[in-house]
Amino acid sequence: MSNMWSIIHKFGSPPWFYDFTQRWLRWLLPITVLLLLAGSVWGLLFAPPDFRQGNSYRIIFIHVPAAVVALAGYYALAFAGLVSLVWKIKMADTAMRAIAPIGAALTFIALATGSIWGKPTWGAWWVWDARITSMLLLLFLYLGVMALFEAYENRATAAKACAVLSLVGTVNIPIIYKSVDWWYSLHQPASIKFTGESAIDASMLYPLLLNIGAFYLLFAVVVMLNMRAELLSDYRTASWLQQRLGGQP
Amino acid sequence: MPPDSPSLPLASFLRRQFKRHWHGALRKPGDTFNPLLFYLMVVTLFPLGLGPDPEVLATLAPGLLWVVALLATLTVAGKLFASDYADGSLEQLMLAPHPLYLAAMAEILVHWVMAGLTLALASPLFAVMLKLPSQAIPSLVFSLLLGTWSLSLIAGIGAALTVGLRRGGALLSLIILPFMVPVLIFGASAVREAANGYDAASWLALLGAYALMATVLTPVAIAAGLRISVDN
Repeated sequence: MSNMWSIIHKFGSPPWFYDFTQRWLRWLLPITVLLLLAGSVWGLLFAPPDFRQGNSYRIIFIHVPAAVVALAGYYALAFAGLVSLVWKIKMADTAMRAIAPIGAALTFIALATGSIWGKPTWGAWWVWDARITSMLLLLFLYLGVMALFEAYENRATAAKACAVLSLVGTVNIPIIYKSVDWWYSLHQPASIKFTGESAIDASMLYPLLLNIGAFYLLFAVVVMLNMRAELLSDYRTASWLQQRLGGQP
Repeated sequence: MPPDSPSLPLASFLRRQFKRHWHGALRKPGDTFNPLLFYLMVVTLFPLGLGPDPEVLATLAPGLLWVVALLATLTVAGKLFASDYADGSLEQLMLAPHPLYLAAMAEILVHWVMAGLTLALASPLFAVMLKLPSQAIPSLVFSLLLGTWSLSLIAGIGAALTVGLRRGGALLSLIILPFMVPVLIFGASAVREAANGYDAASWLALLGAYALMATVLTPVAIAAGLRISVDN
């Protein structure tokens, strides 16, 4: 148990994190690219066309993974905020700064690809249904956190404020989704179930799951890269960083 | 606290905070009447823009009345905690032996009475102007009473986080908008159901649940936000 805690605490050390990501990114980045290519090529080229939608459904292999990871990313943001507030670990602040724009970008990708999908299938670029509206509000939540980071001059205080905001948002995400769900619903109900038969065929399910996994890895890789960039900026004069970059200590 | 230092009992402390903010609000009637005037102006603009057809207005009235209430709340949200931050009272409240969140709730209560309660009580007038069926007016008032309380609490979170910032106004609106959306949906649906002749009780119950949850959870966030702003 104490071993697990010591491992978690190591993440709070910038030099340790820098070295850790250096080692892991060396193989994680190629693997992520490989899985993304595999899932996307399989889904976009080799999965069978849909009975009703023909080939236009294929954007699902980008749209659904982006949406899933965007939502999970918000919980990652809130968790980083919790760690920052409770244990006062500065690396959690760095993590929050890194996650917010990536989550916002993924949300935007989900909305844009959904819109592109909606035009041929529903006949409309935009509809006001539960999931779409909730994703739009998720985008506002992310943008709010990003804006709050920029508004504070003191970086430590900015991180605390954003931690509070992201934690408040966590409580509200289920409420937003449920309230909009009760308000109006056109979006296809969940096809992937973790218990029982999925409503989607296996030939489409497997590339979709592969791409979802690939997007999760992509999220982790990009967050790590972003955090490394933050570390390079924040600690540029620190001796440990100078040593690793090959400059004079 | 040292054993024989003077300390105000909690009830007296809260009563004093309430009276301080109440008298402050009475001396600045603009804080009360600006939301009402804004509401009146917007309610006048909508028929001018949408056309005077009473059936069209009646269909849109539940949503319009609620959206304007939300916007009116946003216009005064920035005033919460601003004067206390400016003159240093906030720091004194942080040092007081009583919980900061209770003092903040006293201010939010005054803010709600001035901006939310008055809005709810004046809403029948605006409902008539927008041709809302009269059977929906009790639901409108009740939904606004519950909803504006939630909106004031949510505005409190945003105000607490942005009170120390120079241009916090637009940021405040962006931050709290997602949290106000469920209130808008529940409130407008309640009024719409009542206008169509159905029972609005389920939507009002949801509004009540949201208000209760906000009452319990927002003070934590508000106090945290105030401490962060003062530390900035």
